[in-house]
Amino acid sequence: MKQNVSTSAGTPGIKAPRGKAGTLLRDIIRDKWLYLMLLPGVIYFIIFKYVPMYGVSMAFMDYKPYTGFLGSPWVGLKHFERFFSEPQFGMLFRNTVILAVYNLVFFFPMPIILSLMLNEVRRAKFKNFVQTLIYIPHFVSWVVVVGIFYILLTTENGVLNELLYRITGEKIAFLLEAEWFRTMIITQSIWKEIGWGTVIFLAALAGVDLQQYEAARIDGASRWRQLWHITLPAIRSTIIILFILRLGNFLDSGFEHIFLMITPTNREVGEVFDTYVYTKGMTQAQYSYSAAVGLFKSAVGLVLVLGSNWLAKKFGEEGVY
Amino acid sequence: MLQDKTIGNRIFDIINYTLLILIALVCVLPFVYVLAVSFTSPAEVARGGLILWPKEWSLASYRYIFSTDTLFRSMLVSIYITVVGTFINLLFTSLMAYPLAKATLRGRQFILLAVLFTMLFGGGMIPTYFVVKAMGLTNSLWSLMIPNAISAFNLIVLKNFFQQIPDGLEDSARIDGCTDVGVLFRIVLPLSMPAMATFGLFYAVGHWNQFFSAILYINDSRLYPIQVLLRQIVILAQGSIGDTSIDNIEIQPLTIRMAVIVFATVPILLVYPFLQKHFAKGVMLGSVKG
Repeated sequence: MKQNVSTSAGTPGIKAPRGKAGTLLRDIIRDKWLYLMLLPGVIYFIIFKYVPMYGVSMAFMDYKPYTGFLGSPWVGLKHFERFFSEPQFGMLFRNTVILAVYNLVFFFPMPIILSLMLNEVRRAKFKNFVQTLIYIPHFVSWVVVVGIFYILLTTENGVLNELLYRITGEKIAFLLEAEWFRTMIITQSIWKEIGWGTVIFLAALAGVDLQQYEAARIDGASRWRQLWHITLPAIRSTIIILFILRLGNFLDSGFEHIFLMITPTNREVGEVFDTYVYTKGMTQAQYSYSAAVGLFKSAVGLVLVLGSNWLAKKFGEEGVY
Repeated sequence: MLQDKTIGNRIFDIINYTLLILIALVCVLPFVYVLAVSFTSPAEVARGGLILWPKEWSLASYRYIFSTDTLFRSMLVSIYITVVGTFINLLFTSLMAYPLAKATLRGRQFILLAVLFTMLFGGGMIPTYFVVKAMGLTNSLWSLMIPNAISAFNLIVLKNFFQQIPDGLEDSARIDGCTDVGVLFRIVLPLSMPAMATFGLFYAVGHWNQFFSAILYINDSRLYPIQVLLRQIVILAQGSIGDTSIDNIEIQPLTIRMAVIVFATVPILLVYPFLQKHFAKGVMLGSVKG
């Protein structure tokens, strides 16, 4: 960009350097302002995205803050070997996979069912009213969601536990008992995201030509048949894409959410890869070890995303990337 | 379009409408309950039961949570990071999205691929922490705004949005002597106000709701945003925010927590009508495809 001094470069009349390299140079000079605008963003991505990617090499070192990044010794796969032989490895793997499967089975279908129900509503005002209300929980933080569940379910005067006590005569410590942990996580996820999850399906359904329904009715199709032959095919590819995206993020269990819900009594079922990285790295200062765990998770995640994208294309869908 | 008025259809509609009303209530009632109880007198709360409208109004819990300036200060911190952080987000995102929207820009594909790759793979929590620390951002509010200045997803959606703006308008400004920077700020951004509002709201909600970055990067409790304080009070039930010397033994601890939740949520509910207006557009604004 040394040629920047000539501000009129690129305008007609100026002799352009010949050849391929010449055109490249001319284009760069022409777009100098654009490159200048790119600069802050490029620097941001380098510093906060790519430097940490390079920094992940600390997973192969014994990183000590006082010896610094360059002064720490390389130890090869030591931390990975330790991680795979730890008894926690099996526990983390099991917890993550069980939560992910619960998510796919119980959470994933919910917004689809709800959007089908909303799609059957013919009164626009009623539909808008319901939509306005069910989107609200999406916009509050996980802290508020978990906080509200604590307030409703605590065994000390929580209103739902009081109700339970009046009916069954006993209280359940939903938030402390390990056996309730997964149910709580999934219930909270559904409560927060079921409404918001319908947005994308309703948008797909808005594109359906209403004449299709009319034609189907004239042919004597019942409401269920219309649902099966018109509505569901309209959102089929959206469902497949979202399912595949979800498969790609299989290992992401919703870190903030789980972090908030973990207590010493449910750690056995609640600890997942991300929370383990935090516990080992930030609270116990085992930096290299936790970076290794994080790298393992990111690498598996990358394979899952690319694999599921490949799967999508195999199914004749467009794929996401 | 009318459905046939058969009995089966009628029954279906009744069940469908009832279920939808129930679901909507389940989504909203917890908020109503928390709001109502926070305004109810300690005596009525002590009697228990489901309160959706206070019979005996009282501001006791609010007087209590504002008896020290802890809550007030963390509200200010949250407002600060939301306003300044969102401004940084919008500035950085649009500055980068605009050049990438130009098909003739050399190196564009490379940069787009590099951005896309950050959505698939990252260094993770620990290396990122050390980068933020090395930049000297830890224990300052910048650590809550700079490390997430650009969301790769929003960047690509905004780039697609800019591409849809007709070139003719920009060209005429350029002929009048505008540089590319001038074109962005005088032509493109004013034309993109709905999109900017949408992204601004999404970024702002993200800032207001974030709590984990603060736990990771901030040690000084005076710099805690509201969500961190909320977690300590409501979930961990530790750290008192009120002045314990005033006589409020009769105030239920649950009521105090509810008052704090109300304060952490009200700003979101205030902008909700705008969110509601813009978000569906925002979600559909563009696809991820580059």
